[in-house]
Amino acid sequence: MKTTSFTKQEWDEALQGLSDSYRIFVPIREGDFHMFRPLENGIKPDFDFQNTRISPKSIIYPQSERMFEYTLEPEDPEANILKEAPKDYSPRAIVGIRPCDVHAFRIVQRNFDNPEFRDPWWVKHFESTILVGLGCNRPCSTCFCTSVGGGPFHEEGLDIMVYDLGDRFLAKSLTEKGEDFLNKTKAGAPADQPALQAAEDLKESVEKAFNPNVTMDHLHEKAVLDLFNAPFWEEVAFACINCGTCTYLCPTCWCFDIQDEVFAKQGDRIRNWDSCMFPLFTLEGSGHNPRTKKFQRVRQRFMHKLKYYVDKYQDGVQCSGCGRCVRYCPVNIDIRQVAALMNEL
Amino acid sequence: MHEYSEKIRDIAEKLLKNGTVDVFIGFKKGTVPMMNEPVLISDPEKVHTLHWDSHCALNLCNYLTGRTDKIGILATGCNSRNIMTHIVENQIKREQLHIVGIPCTGMIDHRAVQRAVQFKEILDITEDKDRLIVKGDGFEEKLDKKDFLQSNCLTCAHRNPVEYDELVADLVPEQEGVSAYEDVTQIENMNIDDRWDFFRDMISSCIRCYACRNACPLCYCPTCFVDESRPQWVGKSIDPTDTMTFHILRAYHCAGRCTDCGACERACPVGIPVRQFTKKLNKDTLELFSWEAGLTSKQRPPLDVYKVDDYNDFVK
Ligand code: SF4
Ligand code: SF4
Ligand code: SF4
Ligand code: SF4
Ligand code: SF4
Repeated sequence: MKTTSFTKQEWDEALQGLSDSYRIFVPIREGDFHMFRPLENGIKPDFDFQNTRISPKSIIYPQSERMFEYTLEPEDPEANILKEAPKDYSPRAIVGIRPCDVHAFRIVQRNFDNPEFRDPWWVKHFESTILVGLGCNRPCSTCFCTSVGGGPFHEEGLDIMVYDLGDRFLAKSLTEKGEDFLNKTKAGAPADQPALQAAEDLKESVEKAFNPNVTMDHLHEKAVLDLFNAPFWEEVAFACINCGTCTYLCPTCWCFDIQDEVFAKQGDRIRNWDSCMFPLFTLEGSGHNPRTKKFQRVRQRFMHKLKYYVDKYQDGVQCSGCGRCVRYCPVNIDIRQVAALMNEL
Repeated sequence: MHEYSEKIRDIAEKLLKNGTVDVFIGFKKGTVPMMNEPVLISDPEKVHTLHWDSHCALNLCNYLTGRTDKIGILATGCNSRNIMTHIVENQIKREQLHIVGIPCTGMIDHRAVQRAVQFKEILDITEDKDRLIVKGDGFEEKLDKKDFLQSNCLTCAHRNPVEYDELVADLVPEQEGVSAYEDVTQIENMNIDDRWDFFRDMISSCIRCYACRNACPLCYCPTCFVDESRPQWVGKSIDPTDTMTFHILRAYHCAGRCTDCGACERACPVGIPVRQFTKKLNKDTLELFSWEAGLTSKQRPPLDVYKVDDYNDFVK
């Protein structure tokens, strides 16, 4: 393990210097909010943020991804043969990712990389990525990572954890990949004892002041059907407009749809994010739709995250507590309150 | 406008108790500053959850579509105009409704407030007549409400409901001499390439979540053209052409029907000013047909009617 201290300027320069070896994604402010962008010419990272509006999920799992391409040209000997679309698996780094969003990758991994199924694209994108986390000095009022097994300085899943100590960053490698990344920076200085102590104190004081307390402890003991048939779903769902905001901003939602798009004789097979909030999500080829009602769709989202997942994997909920859905749901449907209703049923 | 809350609760309780309505649609206070949640109340014991302030900018008419019961509903100027449109388009019957009119002094643009406090996290916001008091960790700022109104409210010429069964408060003076279309004129004056670039950049961060469409009371089609799969009119990826097709076509479907209520824009998670599309069509219907949407429940919108004596030759 290696712990290096950088002045903020050294850190910025070090990242610029590494952009030959890695495709580096950094938070930048675009208009009213932060999002991750590749560190290219003229881009200035901004590490003074609470969290990005759009989660880094799309760096590993793009909203629209070309899986295959094909030609329908009858003369072509390869007509109608699906060929894998070229993809870029060169090493990349997400620098400044929050611990909750790393936790979210571990949740999503269950879907894309498990003993039964391995999604080649997700896995290869994920494996080529280094996660350089930034501890949260100022968690939002809507964050509840500590209630779902994470925390503002939670290290699990990270390759490097960075502490923002005001005038400098302290970077601690947690894996070999991380140490390699730090070695390559050729900048900074080995962290001294006061810096290490400052990081420890920072973590402690933030954790002490942060107490979101969303209770989910009884979810696993409830009977699925009791929750499914609970009396509150219509009321919970009333305001919902069935948009994709909660699921598209969510770092842990993984559902997709596959579409063919053909232009003249050239075709692409594309996978796009999908959302259980959309009526189309469950529309079957026959025309039948098992979830025609809004409350059924809203129930699906919460049941998947807070019950089906809990029962299937026996390791917490399908939510990293990032609070994006709480903050940006246009009608203020709050998963913290729904979790409480389910937990107390 | 938070002083309306008490009155709203009294009215809702009365209407539910005396059986005038089966349900009452209003807002309850949100769990996040500047967000409120639309709520349906059927139990008079629960009217205390009703709440009103200058962050009630979603359009409640959206929740009327297809209901068969008797409904009490709060309606600001623009919301009342959408209700009129809903009645004309047979989405609800006037007899089902008890419209509780809200004389409106404008809704707060939550994004502008965020900008004013340099994006620091807002933990609490209260209204004191014309002022907003914004608080967060280590700061407190007083803002003039009039400087933070949503852009559609700044140019609104119908703050009072156009039709109502009772009012929450006295009517407010309408704004005189506001010019609603300066932004549209600016875009019209661009050359065609710049205009294309303007709209392309404007929607470049669209994630196609459809919050704008779904927040809009006009978008009640059982299957939207973007969701059709047989035939499929629009691709479903975030290809810019498909995204642009969605926005332009949706705006055309709202021509002569849009009340500029601002719900679409407010709902967008990435803050795209989608009204730049609909406002152009509002301006056109005003100039070509002297038409403003939703002022009456007696006349169909201009793009929805055929007249034998139409002055245009091409329809004959
Ligand atoms: S819960 Fe909110 S964000 Fe999610 S679909 Fe409903 S309205 Fe949209
Ligand atoms: S459900 Fe909401 S709080 Fe949980 S991870 Fe998704 S967006 Fe974040
Ligand atoms: S909540 Fe809905 S969109 Fe998200 S992963 Fe579950 S089923 Fe898919
Ligand atoms: S398009 Fe937007 S402004 Fe117009 S009525 Fe619909 S939600 Fe309101
Ligand atoms: S709400 Fe915003 S992001 Fe969503 S589809 Fe509309 S413009 Fe795009």
